Amino acid sequence: MTGTTDLEVREGVDRETVEAVQNMGSYKYGWNTEIEMEYAPKGVNEDIVRLISEKNGEPEWMTDWRLEAYRRWVTMTEPKWAMLNYPEIDYQDQYYYARPKSMEEKPRSLDDVDPKLLATYEKLGIPLKEQMILAGVEGAEDAPSEGRKVAVDAVFDSVSVGTTFKDELAKAGVIFCSISEAIREHPELVKKYLGSVVPQSDNYFATLNSAVFSDGSFVYIPEGVRCPMELSTYFRINAENTGQFERTLIIAEKGSHVSYLEGCTAPQRDISQLHAAVVEIVILEDAEVKYSTVQNWFPGDEEGKGGIYNFVTKRADCREARAKIMWTQVETGSAITWKYPSCILRGDDSQGEFYSIAIANNWQQADTGTKMIHLGKNTKSRIVSKGISAGQAQNTYRGLVSMHPRATNSRNYTQCDSLLIGDKCGAHTVPYIEVKNNSSRVEHEATTSKVDDDQLFYCRSRGMDEEEAVALVVNGFCREVLQALPMEFAMEAQALVAISLEGSVG
Amino acid sequence: MLKINNLHVKLEEEDKQILKGLTLEVPAGEVHAIMGPNGSGKSTLSYVLSGRDGYEVTDGEAELDGEDLLDMDPEVRAAAGLFLAFQYPVEIPGVGNMTFLRTAVNAQRKARGEAELTAGEFLKEVRVKAAELQISPDMLKRPVNVGFSGGEKKRNEILQMAMLSPRMCIMDETDSGLDVDAMRLVSEGVNALRSPDRSFLVITHYQRLLDHIKPDVVHIMSNGRIIKSGGPELALEVEQNGYADLLAEAD
Repeated sequence: MTGTTDLEVREGVDRETVEAVQNMGSYKYGWNTEIEMEYAPKGVNEDIVRLISEKNGEPEWMTDWRLEAYRRWVTMTEPKWAMLNYPEIDYQDQYYYARPKSMEEKPRSLDDVDPKLLATYEKLGIPLKEQMILAGVEGAEDAPSEGRKVAVDAVFDSVSVGTTFKDELAKAGVIFCSISEAIREHPELVKKYLGSVVPQSDNYFATLNSAVFSDGSFVYIPEGVRCPMELSTYFRINAENTGQFERTLIIAEKGSHVSYLEGCTAPQRDISQLHAAVVEIVILEDAEVKYSTVQNWFPGDEEGKGGIYNFVTKRADCREARAKIMWTQVETGSAITWKYPSCILRGDDSQGEFYSIAIANNWQQADTGTKMIHLGKNTKSRIVSKGISAGQAQNTYRGLVSMHPRATNSRNYTQCDSLLIGDKCGAHTVPYIEVKNNSSRVEHEATTSKVDDDQLFYCRSRGMDEEEAVALVVNGFCREVLQALPMEFAMEAQALVAISLEGSVG
Repeated sequence: MLKINNLHVKLEEEDKQILKGLTLEVPAGEVHAIMGPNGSGKSTLSYVLSGRDGYEVTDGEAELDGEDLLDMDPEVRAAAGLFLAFQYPVEIPGVGNMTFLRTAVNAQRKARGEAELTAGEFLKEVRVKAAELQISPDMLKRPVNVGFSGGEKKRNEILQMAMLSPRMCIMDETDSGLDVDAMRLVSEGVNALRSPDRSFLVITHYQRLLDHIKPDVVHIMSNGRIIKSGGPELALEVEQNGYADLLAEAD
């Protein structure tokens, strides 16, 4: 790519940001698709766990695995150490399984996808060609595609409704399907790796997920294969009072490479919805995984009513030498965010990177960060966290860097910047650092600053209105992280930054 | 073009009167200079005209082309054609200079109901204008004013001025911190922009800038008012004798 085109694209991004600010009212994804849903009864117990397993057509070993998790979960208590304040969650007052009724008669046949569901994808911005594929239009795979190819697995409430570009991926030997399909079709892989990074007993929310996860995505990249396209999952919570418990498992065999995108939206409701996902990534020798998330779930309204409670466990295991993981997240949504995408650097010379933008506006609360567990020799990790707080929001970075005795000559660099907009919000940084050998090095830098009136005035004196000015300054603050995102996501993320800070000044 | 009548302004926080009945008119196509000792209110005047917070207008008015300037938000003043070249240009980390410029240009065009410039159109224009001011492509990519030398910052202000084509340009001590070569570059940039329908208000301490940018009228400001106006020779008088005589004369 030449310097010129590169520049032009970047210039275009900003114009879109500005348009996005001007065109959008409140929460952009605050619509609700009226599709008939099939629900399991409210609450969770062994029967519900069995029902979910049965609905997914799972083998007995899977049902047993879920039940084991459930039995453990009832003995556990919800963790309270995060800097988060929310009313007690009644776990028996949630639906644990919901799926669009149109899927029931001919499940998993793409021809039967409800047109309203496709309209949903359109609103989510899933490219037309992939919509055609999702709709099962004949010859859609051969239609000219718009721009770069991205394979999409869409999870609508609890059920995965179709994976695009399956054939093309299959040619490369890549498996990209829903986890329920993987359990049926590739049990040997699922048995071997499920729970091997985030064990059933890991934490309260992960254990609940292990018992009741309804669907999610499965990715397998064979040895030496560079995945021919980016893989993408759209999660969306549509039905009222349903928790969404998706489970993602990614396996990158030796020398393989994959970039995975996760985008999330949820309609606007004044009742809080629960979300507890688990993402497990296994990375073998010389393999590389890049996992990017743009999360813009409904954050609650300006008075703090409603919104998603997001309790997520994401972890990558760099199991062998020179394995590499890069997490990039843009967290703009949810009323409550509890999320620490982590890296286990087990293999010698393995590397973990974590780039994060967390924006909390109005009454949002975010407690997010990462864990870098250095177990192997010469392992390297890098953390760049940008937290932005506005309104009455509280934003906490919580991170652990741990150098184990065997992890000699390892290095970590952490940079943790907080930006405050207004004087009623808060930013907190809670770093935990453990170093158990003499040859490793850990660096931590942290800054806190306010959006500067001089900067805003300078922008406005050049013709930008106040919201454009804030968006520009904040996007500048986040630049290092935005640059780590794939291009399509970077544009979306820039626009999101602008949208989520609407009304935060003046 | 710019009409200021009996303007009284105080600092909001300190309840301190800074401008005390300032009257000034800059007709279209003219260059006016304002000189005056430290603390006479020159920078306050430039900030009040461009709409910065923290100042309260207690009396008087300011009009741009017959429109009440003081009622407008800063961005509306900018779209109406007012430009302030800052004495201390502000750094915006992480925002590319080019991105900043294009956002500004298109924000103004949009506000005026004009079509926005495409990336190609913008690039073509910015390259030509940057070259005239000896602004390197690298400087266009770097974050706005971050790590720029004093001279680079001021040249960058003039580049913004050239790209935004304002009708009324206020320059607040643009010569401060400039070496001889940078002063010449900046002045050439400004002179190239002189036209019958564009006016300049040049605030400066020193006559030497006015050797390069020849003013039509020179005003001497003291204690929040214009105490004397005259031709370019007034600036030479200040250069030779200082302000003392003029101030005594005014009292």
